[in-house]
Amino acid sequence: MISMIPRKHIPLSLTLLTPTIAIILTLLFGAGIFGLLGFSPLGSLYTFFVAPISRPDQIGDLFVKACPLIITATGLVFCFRANVWNIGAEGQLVFGAIFSGWMALSFPHWPAMTLMPAMIVASIIGGIFWAMIPALLKVRFNTNEILVSLMLTYVAALFIDWLVRGPWRDPMSFGFPLTKMYSDAALIHRIDVPFVGMLGQLHWGVVGALILAIFGGFVLSRTILGFQIKVMGDAPRAGRFAGFNPNLITIGVMAIAGGAAGLAGMVEVSASMGQLQPNVSFGYGFTAIIVAFLARLNPVGVIFAGLIVALAELGGDHAQIALGMPKVVTGVFKGVLLFMLLAGETFNRYHITWRHPAPMPGSREQ
Amino acid sequence: MKIKSILSFGAIVAVASMAISALVGITSITAAHAADKVKVGFVYLTTPGDHGWTYAHEVGRQQVEKHFGDKVETTFVENVPEGPDSARVIRELAKQGNDIIFTTSFGYMDHTIKVAKEFPNVKFEHITGYKRSTNVATGNIRFYEGRYVQGVVAGLMTKSNKIGYVASFPIPEVIQGINAFGIGLRSVNPKAEVSVIWVNSWYDPVKEADAAKVHIAEGADILAQHTDSPAMLQTAQKAGALGFGQSSDMKAFAPKAQLFSSVNNWGPYYINKIQQLMDGKWSTGDGPDHWAGNTWVGMSDDFLVLSPFENMPADVAAAAAKAAADIKSGANKIFTGPIKDNTGKLRVPAGKTLNDGELFTTLDYYVDGIAGKIPG
Repeated sequence: MISMIPRKHIPLSLTLLTPTIAIILTLLFGAGIFGLLGFSPLGSLYTFFVAPISRPDQIGDLFVKACPLIITATGLVFCFRANVWNIGAEGQLVFGAIFSGWMALSFPHWPAMTLMPAMIVASIIGGIFWAMIPALLKVRFNTNEILVSLMLTYVAALFIDWLVRGPWRDPMSFGFPLTKMYSDAALIHRIDVPFVGMLGQLHWGVVGALILAIFGGFVLSRTILGFQIKVMGDAPRAGRFAGFNPNLITIGVMAIAGGAAGLAGMVEVSASMGQLQPNVSFGYGFTAIIVAFLARLNPVGVIFAGLIVALAELGGDHAQIALGMPKVVTGVFKGVLLFMLLAGETFNRYHITWRHPAPMPGSREQ
Repeated sequence: MKIKSILSFGAIVAVASMAISALVGITSITAAHAADKVKVGFVYLTTPGDHGWTYAHEVGRQQVEKHFGDKVETTFVENVPEGPDSARVIRELAKQGNDIIFTTSFGYMDHTIKVAKEFPNVKFEHITGYKRSTNVATGNIRFYEGRYVQGVVAGLMTKSNKIGYVASFPIPEVIQGINAFGIGLRSVNPKAEVSVIWVNSWYDPVKEADAAKVHIAEGADILAQHTDSPAMLQTAQKAGALGFGQSSDMKAFAPKAQLFSSVNNWGPYYINKIQQLMDGKWSTGDGPDHWAGNTWVGMSDDFLVLSPFENMPADVAAAAAKAAADIKSGANKIFTGPIKDNTGKLRVPAGKTLNDGELFTTLDYYVDGIAGKIPG
């Protein structure tokens, strides 16, 4: 009989080992899929995971792809650590894009010195605004934040759709659903790296994302707020005895996650699109959930996890171009990776042994 | 300093190795031949599947391969979202040495323009857009021509005089289609009226089927669509109604309901543009009139093809064939006045024909025969 005994103490080595093993298993599984599809397994793995980052500009693009994932996942880590299940980062990201777009489109003549901070603040407020709906409903009426936040994602998507087809549509776009292009001051520019020049599309938002993740790690591990969040997640009863207010924590982590997602929306639009369109997010809010878990809910780990997931996306496109491999393989990869991680998580938390089932308390021995 | 000297050393090595490989290259004719191939890239919005918009482009790509054989090498990338990812994919295709890249959805427009600036030696062809630059050409099909013929058939076939139209988004291409349908309809039947349901999607079988059900429940017996799935035709077949397919021949999905499909035939366009590139004659067509630079062709050049007329009596099929022939020959330009909108106001005076620019910029109304008004 297999039984699972919770570990009292999870060693750091195991914490680091689990995602590594999950990634290796995913790669092995991927090689198997490639073989089944009739591609050379090793060659395909190379095309998928090495070739897409074999040039400096591609490495820049990898960071660009990971940027919204890192920002969004950093915020989500706070939620998930506190056992608050915000699944609606996608919608919060869209609202960040809407609010910052509102600034960019309303004040196209402002200089970057004022417009850029205004857009950043607006995007954070937008994301928080959208996250507060599930947060307050949960605190006040004990609704399920998973459902409410997820459903609001679709509302957000329809709202931006309406904006760019209706009131915000560029009159010069011949009826096509696009806003005016942002003014130059509203755009996040590419980085001119000393001695190297432009690295692909690498932009300043990426630097912001890295700083944000590291700062998030600091807040979570070194501040009272971080401590309270972790206690409320791991032992809510102990937290309550310690005098922490669970409702405030819920609202706080939802605000952090919403604000971060909103910021990701602003960065994505200002750095890579330059205008609002019906789609501003391509599942970043959902993919960020995988990133947060791959990072073992550690903000600094989010940087690496974001890069790995971004690499899978880049690899999918590259494998199509180089091998003619169908794009769905990318989705399979992401799914298998999450599955392996969650399985690893189980082995991480529980010690697995063979033994006789312990008699249920109160049950009679035969 | 150090970095610079390493760089210049690298440059010397690179130049030297290039010189050596050039010398060696004289003997390796096969390698030179491989480089002679014209590499053609395609960016697809979805997986091609077996029907609809992207499928029609995939058929075009296969025609290119068949036509040019060894002289071309084609690559496609599917499921490319209309956002920053598309710029990366287009850029990657350019870096992989593609000589001409077709981006086959409207949302790639700005990304195509942006990447094209970085690769002045690569030719780009954006499908359905309106922005061009020195190395970006645009191409589109006059989809509305097929819809005029649909209107004629609908007007002759309807018994309830109610026609249901399932539309995607209120952009110029779709409005042109609805109005051409209305003009065709009214040319044969002064009583029939079209009602439009917007599903706000190019491809959503559930919504398309729901819209079709609503139309049928309200008495429509003929359905038309400007969406991509066969769901509307399948719904029509179940309810005993008739309808028209879109983008590719959808007969297989509803053999008893399909009157005909307007089939997008991109092959000739692709082959023509690739041939121009091979001959050194590729151009963006830009001139003083922006709209004239757009390659916008329809039934006259078989860019738009009508599948066989079915499920209709011979006289209706004959009328449809006549309407199609008049469009093909140029005798019927469709948007020729007098055209009244559905409030009775004269929009195009008798004798005037809307030019390409006006088709894009002035159609902010429904013509007589269409109910309601354009949303937004």
